[in-house]
Amino acid sequence: MEVTQVLFNAQSIDGTVRKNAEESLKQFQEQNLPGFLLSLSGELANEEKPIETRKLAGLILKNALDAKEQHRKFELVQRWLSLDATGKSQIKACLLQTLSSPVFDAHSTTSQVIAKVAGIELPQKQWPELIGSLLSNVHQIPAYAKQATLETLGYLCEEVSPDVIDQDQVNKILTAVVQGMSASEGNIDVRLAATRALYNALGFAQANFSNDMERDYIMRVVCEATLSPEVRIRQAAFECLVSISSTYYEKLTPYIQDIFNITSKAVREDEEPVALQAIEFWSSICDEEIDILEEYGGEFTGDSDVPCFYFIKKALPALVPMLLETLLKQEEDQDQDEGAWNIAMAGGTCLGLVAQTVGDDIVPLVVPFVEENITKPDWRQREAATYAFGSILDGPSPENLIPLVNVALTFMLSALTKDPNSHVKDTTAWALGRIFEFLLGSAVDLPIITQANCQQIVTVLLQSMKDTPNVAEKACGALYFLAQGYEGEGEPSPLTPFFQEIVQSLLTVTHREDVGDSRLRTAAYETLNEVVRCSTVETAPLVLQLVPVIMMELHNTLEGQKLSSDEREKQSELQGLLCGCLQVIIQKLGASEPTKYVFMQYADQIMGLFLRVFACRSATVHEEAMLAIGALAYATGADFAKYMPEFYRYLEMGLQNFEEYQVCAVTVGVVGDISRALEEKIVPYCDGIMTQLLKNLSSNQLHRSVKPPIFSCFGDIALAVGEYFEKYLMWAMSALQSAADLSTHIAGDDELVEYTNSLRNGILEAYSGIFQGFKNSPKTQLLIPYAPHILQFLDGIYMEKDMDDMVMKTAIGVLGDLADTLGNHASSMIQQSVSSKDFLNECLSSEDLLVKESAQWAKLAISRAISV
Amino acid sequence: MAPHDNRRPFKRAAISDQQKRRELSLLRQAQNRRDAQQQARCLASSILSLQSAAPESQPEQSDIELETVPEAEQESEAFSKDLDVRQASKLRGPEVRKWFARQLMLPEWMIDVPDRLAQDWYVFARPAGKRCFVVSSNGTTVSRQRNGSILHHFPSALPAGAKIRDGSGSAQSYCILDCIFHELDQTYYVIDMVCWNGYSLYDCTAEFRFYWLNSKLEESGACNAPSHYHKFRFSAVPVYNCDQSGLHAAYTGVVPYAKDGLLFYNKHALYQTGNTPLALVWKDENCSQFVIDTDGKGEIPSQQQVVLELQDDRKLVTSDDPPVLFGCLDGDIIEKSGLHTGNLLRFAIGDGGLSFVDGKLEKADLIYLGKSNRARAFADSYSKVLFQFMVRHSPLKIDDLLASINSANDQEKTPSDIEMVG
Repeated sequence: MEVTQVLFNAQSIDGTVRKNAEESLKQFQEQNLPGFLLSLSGELANEEKPIETRKLAGLILKNALDAKEQHRKFELVQRWLSLDATGKSQIKACLLQTLSSPVFDAHSTTSQVIAKVAGIELPQKQWPELIGSLLSNVHQIPAYAKQATLETLGYLCEEVSPDVIDQDQVNKILTAVVQGMSASEGNIDVRLAATRALYNALGFAQANFSNDMERDYIMRVVCEATLSPEVRIRQAAFECLVSISSTYYEKLTPYIQDIFNITSKAVREDEEPVALQAIEFWSSICDEEIDILEEYGGEFTGDSDVPCFYFIKKALPALVPMLLETLLKQEEDQDQDEGAWNIAMAGGTCLGLVAQTVGDDIVPLVVPFVEENITKPDWRQREAATYAFGSILDGPSPENLIPLVNVALTFMLSALTKDPNSHVKDTTAWALGRIFEFLLGSAVDLPIITQANCQQIVTVLLQSMKDTPNVAEKACGALYFLAQGYEGEGEPSPLTPFFQEIVQSLLTVTHREDVGDSRLRTAAYETLNEVVRCSTVETAPLVLQLVPVIMMELHNTLEGQKLSSDEREKQSELQGLLCGCLQVIIQKLGASEPTKYVFMQYADQIMGLFLRVFACRSATVHEEAMLAIGALAYATGADFAKYMPEFYRYLEMGLQNFEEYQVCAVTVGVVGDISRALEEKIVPYCDGIMTQLLKNLSSNQLHRSVKPPIFSCFGDIALAVGEYFEKYLMWAMSALQSAADLSTHIAGDDELVEYTNSLRNGILEAYSGIFQGFKNSPKTQLLIPYAPHILQFLDGIYMEKDMDDMVMKTAIGVLGDLADTLGNHASSMIQQSVSSKDFLNECLSSEDLLVKESAQWAKLAISRAISV
Repeated sequence: MAPHDNRRPFKRAAISDQQKRRELSLLRQAQNRRDAQQQARCLASSILSLQSAAPESQPEQSDIELETVPEAEQESEAFSKDLDVRQASKLRGPEVRKWFARQLMLPEWMIDVPDRLAQDWYVFARPAGKRCFVVSSNGTTVSRQRNGSILHHFPSALPAGAKIRDGSGSAQSYCILDCIFHELDQTYYVIDMVCWNGYSLYDCTAEFRFYWLNSKLEESGACNAPSHYHKFRFSAVPVYNCDQSGLHAAYTGVVPYAKDGLLFYNKHALYQTGNTPLALVWKDENCSQFVIDTDGKGEIPSQQQVVLELQDDRKLVTSDDPPVLFGCLDGDIIEKSGLHTGNLLRFAIGDGGLSFVDGKLEKADLIYLGKSNRARAFADSYSKVLFQFMVRHSPLKIDDLLASINSANDQEKTPSDIEMVG
C-alpha cells in the first residue's frame, strides 16, 4: 500500500477523497496491524516524505497507543503488548532514528510517540535500553536533536510512574535535564525544552530533593532560569517553582526568601504569563498550608506528616501589599468575558486564599486599602477596594468581620444601585453574596440582617437583577446565599414577607431578552431553587402556585419544532433547568402531607411533560427529568404504576447510558424509588430491569461508581417483590458473590478504600433486601446455600478492620437479617462465625447510634434464631 | 492564559445546584431505603410477633418504680450481663425486658437544676400510669410496656393502626409513640413521638417532635372518642416552655389526668434510647402520689432502699454508663448467698447515709437485704438514688426551680453555651 498518498488524501479538503482515505487506513489497520504500524513509523522516519504525511503518521501512531477512555486505553495497551517483538523493535528503531530529524514536526511528534510506547513497555520491564540511548543523545550535536531528546525525557516522565525507573537512571535523567537548563546552555530552544522536561521530572526527584547539595543545585538552576531573557523560559521556570511548592513544600525553608524576591519582582514587572505563574506560586503555598492546618485541627498534634512552616504568615506584611497592587490591574470588560484570566483576577484569588490561610491577621492589612480606595473617582480603585473586602470574608473570625460588615453594608447597597461603573457593581454584588455565604446562619450570634435593613437588601438585590447580565447574575448569587442563610431555621424567615416578590423577580429575569448568552438564566433558576428549598410553612401556598407556572414554561419549550442543533442544545439546557426546578418543588411539597395532597392534582400533567422531554431526544434521556421523576415516584407512591407503561422505555434507556454515567447512576436510583413506591406492582418490569442491571455489572465500560448503587438496587427490588425475586436469585447472588470476594481486601489509596467501602455497602444492602424480602415466605430455604459465603464475607471484612461506620451498620444488619429469615436453619453457622461474637460485641458498644441500633436488632434476631 | 483548574471560579461561588440536587436525591433515597429496611426488621418481626415471654407484670403505678413485686419465688438461674447468646436465649424474659427497656428514652432524676432552664427546656405534668410503646403497623396497634409485655392489642385511628382500606395507609407506614396509659380514663397520653407514618423522628430535636406530635396526632383522628375501629383514645399532654409561667402552669394547672411529677425535656435533644440527662423527672407531694418509693406492699420503708448491680471484684454499681461505684460487697455474703457477677441486689441505706466530697459520692452506708425481684432489668440509676435520698433529707423544692429561673433571668445577658450530648 502506498501509505504516503493515502495519508495525504486523508487531509484533503474534498470530503469524499478524505472519507475514502480514512476508510482504507482503517482497513489496513484491521487487516494487518503490525504492517500498518510499521509503515507509519517508516513514513515518519523518512526524510524524503512531506511534512504533512509524516506528522499525520505520527499522530495515528500515537492514537494507536493511547485513548482517553479507560477501557479503550486498556485494550490498546493489551494490543500493543501482544504484537510480535521483531516488528515492534523495528518500529522503535524508526522512532529513535526520527528523534534526530532536523524537521521540527517530525521529531516533536516522535517524542510523544516514544513516550507512549515507554508508558506501556517500561512497567513491563521491556525496552530497557531506551533511557540509556536517549541519554547518549543528549550530548549530541546538533542542538535540535538535543532538544528533541530532552522533550522526550519530559514526556516520558509524564507517562510513567516514578517507581518504574530505578534511581540510578533517575539521577542520570535529572543530571541531563538540569544541565540543559543551566545558564551555560547557549541554545534557547534546548534550555526551554530542558526546563519543561524538569517540570515533568520533578515527581521523580524525591531522593534528590532529600540530598541538600543536589536540592540546592536544582533550586539554584530553577531560580536562575526565572531570570532568563527568554520569556518562555521564565514562565516554564516559574511553573517548576509552582510544582515544587506543592511537591516539596517541606523543603522550601532555605529558599523562601529568595523566591519571595523573585516572585515579587515578576508580579510587579514581568510579562503577564510570567507574573501569573509567580502569583500561582503563592496560591499554591496557601493550598498546602490550608490542607496542613486543616489536618492539625487547629493545634499541633504531631499527627500530620508535614509540619506547617507558616510561610504565608511570615510573608504577610510584604505579600498582601503586593497582591493588593495587582487588584488595580483590571482589564476593561473582564466581567463580560467568561474565559478571562489576568493578573488582577489571579491576585484577587490569591488574596482570598491568603485570608483562608492566616485568618484574622489579614484584616488590619487590607482594611486601610479598602478605606483609602473605596470612594476614589477612578473605578479601578473602587473595584479593587470592594474586591479586597470581599475576598477576606472567608477566613477571619466572624467576631472580627461582622462589625466591619455592619459599617460597610449600607455603603455597598448604595454602590450596587448608584455606582456608575458596571465592574464596581458586579464586584459589590459578589461581595454581598460572600457576606451572606460566610456570615449568616445559626453559628453566628451577631445579626447582620435585621428587620430594619432586610427590606432594603431585598429591594436592592431585586433591582440589580434588572442591571447588565453580569451584575444581575451576581445579584442572583447573593440572593441564593441570603436564602440559604435561613435554611432550616425554626423561626419564620425574615424573607417570608418578600417571597412572592422574589419569585416574581427571578421569573422575570429568566425572560430577559439578553439572558441567552450568559450564565444569568441558570443563576436565576438556581436561586429560585434555593429560595424554594429554604422556604417555610407559611409560604407553602406560594410554592404550590409556582407549580403551574413552571409547568407552563416547560410546556413552552416543547412547542417550537424544527430546531437547529444549536437551538436544540439551548432547549435541552432550559428543559434541564425547569425539570430541576420542578424536582426541587416536588421534593419540598412532597415532604409534608397537606402540601403533598394538594400538589398531587398536578402529578398526571407533570409526568406527561417529563415524558415529552424524554421524547424530544433520540438516544439519551434527560438527567434532570429523571431526577425529577424519582422525586415524583416517591411522592406518588403506588399510584405511580399508571405511568409505568409509558415511562418504562426511558427507564431502560437511562440504564443503558454508559457514556453519561451520571445519567445511568441517577436512573439506578430512580429504580429504587420506583420499587419502594410500587412494591409488588413493579413485577411486570422486573425482567427487563434486572437483565439490564446484570448487564451493567458485567460491563467494563460502565464507570465503576455506578456499580455499588446497582447492588443496593437489587436489595430495593427484592424487598419490593419478595419471593418473586427467586427468578433472579441465582444471577444476583453470583454477581454479589464475586463482587464480595473482590471487596474483602483493599490494597490502595484512600480513594480506593472509599470506593471499596461503598461497594461493600451496596453488596450488603442487597443481601439485606433479599433476606427481608424472602422472610416468611415458603421459599426461604432457597437462601440457605448462600448463607455460608455471606457469613464468610462478613467475617472477612470484619478481620480487615477498615470498615467505615456506614458499612459496619449495614454489615451487622445483614447478620440480623440472615438470622431473622433463616432462623434455626442457620443457627450453627451463625454461632461458628466471628461476626456473631466479636463483631457483634464491637458494634453493640459502638459510639455510632445507627451501628448500635443495627447491632441490637442483630442480637435479638440471633438469639431467637438459635433458641427455636 | 487559562488559570489553574481550581482557580477557575473567580468571583463565582463554587456551587453547582445540579450537583446539590443530585446529592439531595441520593440522601433522600438512602433515607427511604433505611426506613424501608428498618420497618421490615423492627415491626414485622420484633415488636409484633415477639412472643410475649415476659411474665405479665403486676400492676404498677409508675415506670419509675422501685420494687413493686416482692422477692421472686426462686432464683434458679443466675445471669450475667455478658452472657453468650446461647445462654441468653434460655433467659428470654429478662432479655426481652432489657431490649424493650432500651428502646425508651429514660429520664434521669433531677438532682440539681440545669442551667438555662427557661431557654432550653420544656416542662409538662407527667400522667400517672404505665409507660409504654404504642406501635401501629399493618392494620393493628400494639402497646408494650417497658418490660416487653403486651398491654393491649387493638385497632386505632393511628396511621396503619386498623384494617380499614382508605387508601392512605400504605404498607410502608407505621407509627411508634412513647405513651403513658392512664387507667382511670382509659387514655393513652402521648408524651413523645418516635416514628410517624413511616417517618422516623429519632434524629429530630424534642422541639420538632413535640411540634409534630401536636399537629399530627390531632389530624389523624386518634384523639377522637373510642369507636369500633378505634378502641382507646389518645391525647397529647400540654407542654410548656419552662419559664416562670410555664413551670407554674405545669405544676398547678388542671389536667384531665392524675399527675405523677413533672418531666423536663431539653428542646435540642434527639430521641435517645436509654438513660439521658437531657430529660429529667422531678416530683414533690403536690404533684405526685409517688414521691418516696414504696415497697411491695405499697408502704414506705423506714430506710431508703436501692438496687445495685454486683460486678467483678465485688463492686456494687448503678445502671449508669459509666456505672457509679457505691461500695464493695463483703466476700462472705457473696459466698453464703451464692451471688454472681451481674446479680441485682437490694440494699437499705443505713444511718450513715451517703457522703459526698466535691459533689462526688464518696461513701454509702449500705445494708444488704437480698437479691432483687427478677422482673427488674436494671439496677437503679445514680440520679434516682440521689433524688430519693434528697427527698428524705433535703428535697429540691418547686421554689428552688422557680428561683433558678428568676436568677437566670437576671443574668440573661451572659448566656453560656451548653454542650449537647444527644
